[in-house]
Amino acid sequence: MGDLFSQYNVLGAFGITIVLTVLSAIGALVIGTFVAIMRVSPVAFLNKLGALYVNLVRNTPLTLIIVFCNIGFIVNLGMSVSNDFARNNLVWSVIGLATYHAAFVCEALRSGVNTVPTGQAEAARAIGLTFGQSLREVLLPQAFRGAITPLGNTLIALTKNTTVATAIGVAEIAGLMKTMQEDRADLMIPIFLIVAFGFVLLTLPVGLLTTKLSTKLAVKR
Amino acid sequence: MVVITGVNKHFGDLHVLKDIDLTIGKGEVVVVLGPSGSGKSTLCRTINRLEPFETGSITIDGKELPNEGKPLAQLRADVGMVFQSFNLFAHKTILDNITLGPMKVRKLSKADADKQAKDLLERVGVTAQANKYPAQLSGGQQQRVAIARALAMKPKVMLFDEPTSALDPEMVNEVLEVMTELAQSGMTMVVITHEMGFARRAANRVVFMADGQIVEVATPDEFFTAPKSHRAQDFLGKILPH
Ligand SMILES: Nc1ncnc2c1ncn2[C@@H]1O[C@H](COP(=O)(O)OP(=O)(O)O)[C@@H](O)[C@H]1O
Ligand SMILES: [Mg+2]
Repeated sequence: MGDLFSQYNVLGAFGITIVLTVLSAIGALVIGTFVAIMRVSPVAFLNKLGALYVNLVRNTPLTLIIVFCNIGFIVNLGMSVSNDFARNNLVWSVIGLATYHAAFVCEALRSGVNTVPTGQAEAARAIGLTFGQSLREVLLPQAFRGAITPLGNTLIALTKNTTVATAIGVAEIAGLMKTMQEDRADLMIPIFLIVAFGFVLLTLPVGLLTTKLSTKLAVKR
Repeated sequence: MVVITGVNKHFGDLHVLKDIDLTIGKGEVVVVLGPSGSGKSTLCRTINRLEPFETGSITIDGKELPNEGKPLAQLRADVGMVFQSFNLFAHKTILDNITLGPMKVRKLSKADADKQAKDLLERVGVTAQANKYPAQLSGGQQQRVAIARALAMKPKVMLFDEPTSALDPEMVNEVLEVMTELAQSGMTMVVITHEMGFARRAANRVVFMADGQIVEVATPDEFFTAPKSHRAQDFLGKILPH
């Protein structure tokens, strides 16, 4: 079994999984925050646009989004971000993953915003803060703290969902698992276990950390 | 100072404010009374545009508050507001609650804002709690901090919407004392309260509202001893101790 590790670049493939996770998580957080701001803004048009985004993206299967990123943007529209084929697929996977999980980040943050009593938003306006200042100083800091647990869940889901990038040929761990299992049918089960264990290793700390953070940073009311 | 003319407002079909006319002079303290649902809070909130209204005008120091955006925010800073439920920012310390507005809106330096905040905390008697969070304070202390937070903006007028009705009875007086002192210092105030003692002690005028209308305006003495309207007599009969 040890030769699996020497024969295949298992750690490298997990590395790609981690890269996909980290970059997509950052993207999803940025886009999701932006969409959440649209959804709580007093401008009706932005509200609707935000809701449209969430409902459209959240209800589309992730595989479809990733494949669309590949076929739609790279093949049909020729929107290559890099001449390197592998790199191109990686970047579009990150974009697809970030777009998809942003909808969940948005909803997590919105639930966080709902933990802030409306009176505080009114008090912020009453002392003369603009909408942007109220968001930055009063609503979002409390919303993030109130949303740590659902944000953590989204990050865990995202970590596991990176396996979908295989569909467009990103060399992450699920793709390697398939290759290994085809080559070494005798080691089918151990290969499964190694990969499953790897994911637990990646996601477990996230769960533990968010549980700890959410109690530590909880806003006392 | 505050001139309200012909203000009308609806919530859907409900006509909450009906042709409200009211002028509040500089340094005047006006107590607004009336049964629950008569529109007192709504009137108070239209003064700083937390609620929009349909017709009429409200000017503060001769200036009409704009409808939206940054200019509104700037002018809102001139109107202090104290809520029934305090509404302190739960994730900020007491000191940071008070310095936020001055730093972000009035562009004071941190040092100046801190100094001003400490003076205000001393004035309302909660100096020792400066570095605590709102949830660690009693209701009475929180409300006094809320008053300090509003005062930190150096407002031209202060609005109070039932500032003592969410408090345990033993904390009511500490808040009323701060408000009385504020009234005596010459602050222009609009106070919704059912505290007769405060009204008699501090108010120049009592405005009685019912069903979205101003029914009676009188001095506290006149109003409490000889209310003219039936609605007011009825209302006082219900709330005054027998
Ligand atoms: N945001 C709102 N939407 C709809 N109706 C409201 C809203 N706020 C207040 N009202 C209604 O307007 C009327 C006046 O309310 P309010 O100004 O709070 O009265 P008061 O402060 O005198 O008790 C009440 O009938 C109340 O139910
Ligand atoms: Mg009210």
